Amino acid sequence: MTQTEAPIIDNGVNIEALRGARQALTDAPEAARFQWRARCEWVNGTHSRSSLTDFSGLGQEHSHRQAFTIEADHPEVFSSEDKGATPPEIVLGALASCLTAGVATVATNRGIQLRSVTATVQGDMDLQGILGIEPEVRNGFNHIDVRYEIDADASRADIEAIVAQSQKRSAVFDIVTNPTTVQVTVA
Amino acid sequence: MHTSVVVVGAGPGGLAMSHHLTRAGLDHVLFERGTVAHSWRTERWDSLRLLTPNWMTTLPGAGYRGNDPDGYMTAIETVATLEEYSRSFDPPLHTGIEVESARFVGNGFQVRTNDATWHCDAVVAATGGSSETRIPDLASDLPRGMEQLTSLSYRRPAQIDDRGKVLVVGASASGVQIADELRRSGHDVTISVGEHVRLPRSYRGCDIYWWLDRIGQLDERWNEVEDLRRSRRHASVQVVGSEDRREVDLLSLQRLGVALVGRLMAIRGMTAFCSGGLGSLVSNADLKQARMLKRIDDWVNEHDLVDLVGPASQPDPTILGQVPTELDLRRFAAVIWATGFRPTYRWLDPLAFDRRGRVDHDGGVAKTPGLYLLGLPFLRRRRSNLLAGLGIDAAEICQHLAGHLEEVGRSPIRTSR
Repeated sequence: MTQTEAPIIDNGVNIEALRGARQALTDAPEAARFQWRARCEWVNGTHSRSSLTDFSGLGQEHSHRQAFTIEADHPEVFSSEDKGATPPEIVLGALASCLTAGVATVATNRGIQLRSVTATVQGDMDLQGILGIEPEVRNGFNHIDVRYEIDADASRADIEAIVAQSQKRSAVFDIVTNPTTVQVTVA
Repeated sequence: MHTSVVVVGAGPGGLAMSHHLTRAGLDHVLFERGTVAHSWRTERWDSLRLLTPNWMTTLPGAGYRGNDPDGYMTAIETVATLEEYSRSFDPPLHTGIEVESARFVGNGFQVRTNDATWHCDAVVAATGGSSETRIPDLASDLPRGMEQLTSLSYRRPAQIDDRGKVLVVGASASGVQIADELRRSGHDVTISVGEHVRLPRSYRGCDIYWWLDRIGQLDERWNEVEDLRRSRRHASVQVVGSEDRREVDLLSLQRLGVALVGRLMAIRGMTAFCSGGLGSLVSNADLKQARMLKRIDDWVNEHDLVDLVGPASQPDPTILGQVPTELDLRRFAAVIWATGFRPTYRWLDPLAFDRRGRVDHDGGVAKTPGLYLLGLPFLRRRRSNLLAGLGIDAAEICQHLAGHLEEVGRSPIRTSR
């Protein structure tokens, strides 16, 4: 082994494939247009079940290998059945997952071996919003804190840079921090 | 009318190009729609100064000869410098000439102006990268009657109605300078911040551009960076050329009482929605600053200069308080778009452009032979769009161009495209 050989790192990310995809999509921007979907069925009370099965992109339809489902409900303190996590909690999970996937990808791209990565997320919400008690109070989160604990073969500065880059390229970070148009219709 | 080379634009780029062509004995004309340094006379705000210290303002065959090498020249002084430069080598300058089109014909070009039609073998577009401003589409959603200015139309604080707040959109050099000036003149200022580049005006006793020059950052080449497109889109550094060498970063603006909000994302009725992701961008900018300063520190250590410069230090981090994500536009009298610039090449043959509408070039040498660009950000080096970088780019482009002219002279005329 020569001194100039970079250590082999493995975070489980197929970085070569991602780089190839980025190059391919630069030359074919139409193929980059994806549509993600969810189908939600009411079960009972505030309990519902969302199925995530198919999506489109690269000019065609795709299916996950298995249908993924997410149960959602309200907790007992809301006089509900607690059959699933609340939708806001699921959003926090989505944010953490998106950022964490980004951390793994960016670390791999930079040749840094990760040993453990944990994100602790807290979202503050004043229920006077959703309960319609105070018009000045928004329905959603007032603020979200995400705290990363990362054990990796890298300096603190490098780790901070990885986390910063992950935010920069995160879909859910953008979804949560910036306005998105949503249209709800009835068939 | 015939010549070998048509150079479009008699700003610093066009003048530098003409200088090299003259030295190489190459027949050419220099077209300028106004007079020398036109945009420096007509499209700069009153207090504007160069970002770079005067000693850096070197043009081919002429270094800075003034008595304030560490100062930052004003737009008027820049015009005077360029006029003097132009007089020093008497370029084949045609003023009042507007280029209407340049089309590929045979092995060369047909260039139509408001005055005459020329045929030439090569064209150099030296109109620079700041011919027009980039304004986001959502500008059209602003309430009618709200005063809107841009970094090209802004002139002075007195221009702005002070009966309401001012929203400066964009926090690169232009945005922070305008926000700083307006706040100091008593306006109530809010600045909307997207991606930005933070560096101190001075570090360890020397100007930041002195460091960037010394450590070689300004000479990094376009064909040696990983993501050229992203590098070319980098925001300009948040500094101002001023006699007091003050900082104009977000922290400084905050201390002056400028309100910071995130990137402007949407306007609905009288409400402007701003990103809640400002914290992320601010951390990122502070991290990148720390990396650059460390790079400077490493250079100081490697070159044994520790005793000759000031001590290393860490600028204070930018701490955001509660950042609102909504602005009530009824409280605002004016919006100033400091959201970037782009070149204008409307006169150029459509064949020169790629599918994204940009001129297809490699380091200023267009894919379509005989066409060259000058003065764009990171065209060939990081200093490419600084007055301190045009000369060397022009020299290299001139070399390539001379080679092209030789080739064209030798090869038979191809059929018209």
